Amino acid sequence: MDKKDLIQYIETIADNSLILGQRMGELTGHGPTLEVDIACTNISLDLFGQVRSYFQYAAQLSNQEISEDDLAFLRQERAYKNVLLVEQPNRDFAYVIARQFLFDHYHFLFLKHLQNSEDETLAAIAKKSIKEVSYHKRFSSDWIIRLGDGTEESKQKIQTAVDDLWQYTQELFEPNEAEKAAEEKHIGVDIVSLQAEYTQNVGKVLQEATLTQPDLKFFQRGGKKGIHTEHLGYLLSDMQYMQRTYPNMKW
Amino acid sequence: MTIEEAQIDKELIPILEKVSDPEIPVLTVLDLGVVRFAKITKPNFVEVKITPTYSGCPAMDVIGDDITSALSENGYETKVDLVLAPAWTTDMITESGRKTLEEYGIAPPMDAVSDKKALLGEEQVVKCPQCHSTNTKMVSQFGSTACKALFKCHDCQEPFDYFKCLI
Repeated sequence: MDKKDLIQYIETIADNSLILGQRMGELTGHGPTLEVDIACTNISLDLFGQVRSYFQYAAQLSNQEISEDDLAFLRQERAYKNVLLVEQPNRDFAYVIARQFLFDHYHFLFLKHLQNSEDETLAAIAKKSIKEVSYHKRFSSDWIIRLGDGTEESKQKIQTAVDDLWQYTQELFEPNEAEKAAEEKHIGVDIVSLQAEYTQNVGKVLQEATLTQPDLKFFQRGGKKGIHTEHLGYLLSDMQYMQRTYPNMKW
Repeated sequence: MTIEEAQIDKELIPILEKVSDPEIPVLTVLDLGVVRFAKITKPNFVEVKITPTYSGCPAMDVIGDDITSALSENGYETKVDLVLAPAWTTDMITESGRKTLEEYGIAPPMDAVSDKKALLGEEQVVKCPQCHSTNTKMVSQFGSTACKALFKCHDCQEPFDYFKCLI
């Protein structure tokens, strides 16, 4: 596979973890309880660790013409390829959990298949990351059940968050050009094929949580092509502040 | 995991045994199993390969630096590389490492089946490192560092860390 295309693919898959990691990191010191605060920031740290492995690999592929820090901090908004789901803001704890839950179930299936990539580095990153992501999935699924099968108020809040964020889930399974190219070369994952299992796994947890699986006909998309919701710009200005103020610092 | 499997030169062992994990100072990097390779490849030149416990483990950079400085005190130049495959598992913690962990107050990782039961709260199997009671409860799957979960003992009422199983 062409190195340039492979870098595009790495950006597509790593940006999800980068942006979600930043969102979870925003909870540092602001979590609803000490344990949840620590859990959210642990998840953030895992995601950043994974991103670092991806971006170091991309930097190596570019013969160090671009650095891992350039990729994380110095791209313009339109160059980020993350799905719209992960950039949605922390409106309340229900949104934090619903976003994490909807992404974790996708992330887990994605990594499960990326382990078989013919690209050895990507396969190694996937094998390492899936161990961590299985903990994330357990954490967010437990909370979906606890909130859904909790009080009247917690149930109403988590159902609202799931209903609202559901419109961003279809995009997870729609490959962009880089993903199509990577899949053809057996480097990337055939994400279209993951949807049936995803819907089933997510449905099982929602059912246990006594929640209703949304039935939507219209979905939002665009993140993978660089067309984002208004929330990403604010997130990036926060995330890129240090690098732009003190150029060439290392993360 | 034995040292032979990890491909470490015998004369380097006493040096590496003095390098400890920055977050769990009683545990050496050899006990933790993060040193996968350490060989004198040229005179006074050591190549080291370390593997992270968790992807985002902030201790890895420090461990790399500590290894470099410990070896340089003994007259070696060092090149440290980070390797991801094979991915680190808690099985790589040595037997003596597990004992040290428990004595230090961190419950050592169990096998995968018991670990799943413990973290899902199906069975009370994690032993309190203070009073050895199994009347314990998981407070959070995520603890003070990426590799630990937070538990509480119902008998001695003390909270404690459990080193999560990673298979």
